[in-house]
Amino acid sequence: MEEKNFICTACPMGCKLIVRMENDEVIQVLGHRCRRGEGYGRQEATAPKRMLATTVRTINGKHPLLPVYTSSEVPKAKMAEILAILRQVEISCPVKMGDVVLENIADTGIDILASRDM
Amino acid sequence: MKESYDVVVIGAGPAGLASAIEAKKSGADKVLVIERDREPGGILLQCIHNGFGLHTFKEDLPGPAYAQRFIDEAASVGVDLLLDTMVMEVSEERQLWLSSASKGYFSLDAKAVVLAMGCRERTRAQIRIPGMRPSGVFTAGTAQRWVNVEGYMPGKRFVILGSGDIGMIMARRLTLEGAKVESVLEVQNYLSGLMRNYVQCLEDWNVPLHLRHTVKRVIGKNRVEAVEAVAVDEKWQFIPGTERIIPCDTLLLSVGLIPENELSKKAGVRLDPITGGPVVDQNFQTNLAGVFAAGNVVHVYDLVDYVSEAGDQAGKAAALFAQSLLTPAKKTIPVKAGKNVRYVVPHTLDPLALEKEDIVLQCRVSQPIEEDVWFEVRNETQSIVRRSDRYARPGEMVSVKLTPSMFADVMQADALTLDIYAKSEA
Repeated sequence: MEEKNFICTACPMGCKLIVRMENDEVIQVLGHRCRRGEGYGRQEATAPKRMLATTVRTINGKHPLLPVYTSSEVPKAKMAEILAILRQVEISCPVKMGDVVLENIADTGIDILASRDM
Repeated sequence: MKESYDVVVIGAGPAGLASAIEAKKSGADKVLVIERDREPGGILLQCIHNGFGLHTFKEDLPGPAYAQRFIDEAASVGVDLLLDTMVMEVSEERQLWLSSASKGYFSLDAKAVVLAMGCRERTRAQIRIPGMRPSGVFTAGTAQRWVNVEGYMPGKRFVILGSGDIGMIMARRLTLEGAKVESVLEVQNYLSGLMRNYVQCLEDWNVPLHLRHTVKRVIGKNRVEAVEAVAVDEKWQFIPGTERIIPCDTLLLSVGLIPENELSKKAGVRLDPITGGPVVDQNFQTNLAGVFAAGNVVHVYDLVDYVSEAGDQAGKAAALFAQSLLTPAKKTIPVKAGKNVRYVVPHTLDPLALEKEDIVLQCRVSQPIEEDVWFEVRNETQSIVRRSDRYARPGEMVSVKLTPSMFADVMQADALTLDIYAKSEA
């Protein structure tokens, strides 16, 4: 049996979770004080996800960079690949907040959106 | 002819935009926001990370998107915006003197003013770091502006002093941009920012956090070459023998924020030495009638959602004042910081205001308590309301709500005091 330790971020409380695993499967989550904590522990132990916010270069923009973000959480394991793709992207202004800058990034099914008008 | 407005808001950040929108919605006819930057949005424009709006919009937005919603709403309700303009002075009679490249030096009148200038970062000069004075020591927010807006990396190898939220968020951001963050040093024995930022910005990216550590010395002639880190005791004294040289080319400071009140001081607004912001009542009105204050200019918040709420309240009250609809207080009682409380906002309140509406007290705990706690509001002798929580941390603002059901108790009190203590002590 394997044990993984996490600090839960489902709420500001920050419970210290212990997730017990066997053959890559979650057997038990300990240390949480609410139901959301258990879900967080399972997710973190098996397929952690994060929102990603970064910038892409602009053409004719008010600023040289446009802030962008992922339409939902992306697998942590894909972070490096997504960032490498976005480093090559240049976007022509004007853009509106919520415009899709890049669809289905790194085959995640998740889009990259503009964080503001520019 | 000199222009005249019902409500003039100084600063187009989250507090200012919310104030202006709410002033307009509350019946003020002519509402103007003055902003020294060339675009509205304030510091949110450089906070490109997510985590904004969870409370207000039930969505996880990046800072610029949170700002954009308010910018768009301000435009749609007809708020006027004056950009690239610096307010030089505000008088007690609410006359403003301004300066801009396009209009020169000019003046306008306001029936009510909302101060929403936000806050500034504490710098090296304010925390006294010995050593040399090379290039490469910046505040975390300055670096944030360069990296996220202007497209400029200030270094390759970083040490961050202070575990404030901006510092931790920059640790992640710099790592994503290919830099190496060697260490985050925190002089206290607890995190000064939010736990989720520790997990998502430091732990996720293997950036070590050293509590009870500080920078003893900056090393480098022209550019930072290293910092000497040292462990400290509970009185922040260096512990000999724990020194360690960390090679780096940049030191970022995330060591606190100070409300920006030069204009307020000049106008004669009374300030609280603890918060650094104006002394305000339950309407966020200062000691000057018709001059209100909202957001980080009053006290430093950790979540923008609450800044917007403060803006709503101040903007509404300013609009009522401008229309001569704001009832002057007949009685005012002080709200005091009691046991383990650093400060409380508002500083005073009119008990009669509680007859119809809730009044929310916002405060910060002095020392962290990692067990079940009571937040309790009392008069001289008895408890008026208390609520419990599972902990109290200096990094998270605490609020306690007074409701009309407590009206009778509050009416009889000469002062209110807020205490925070462990349930086990009760």
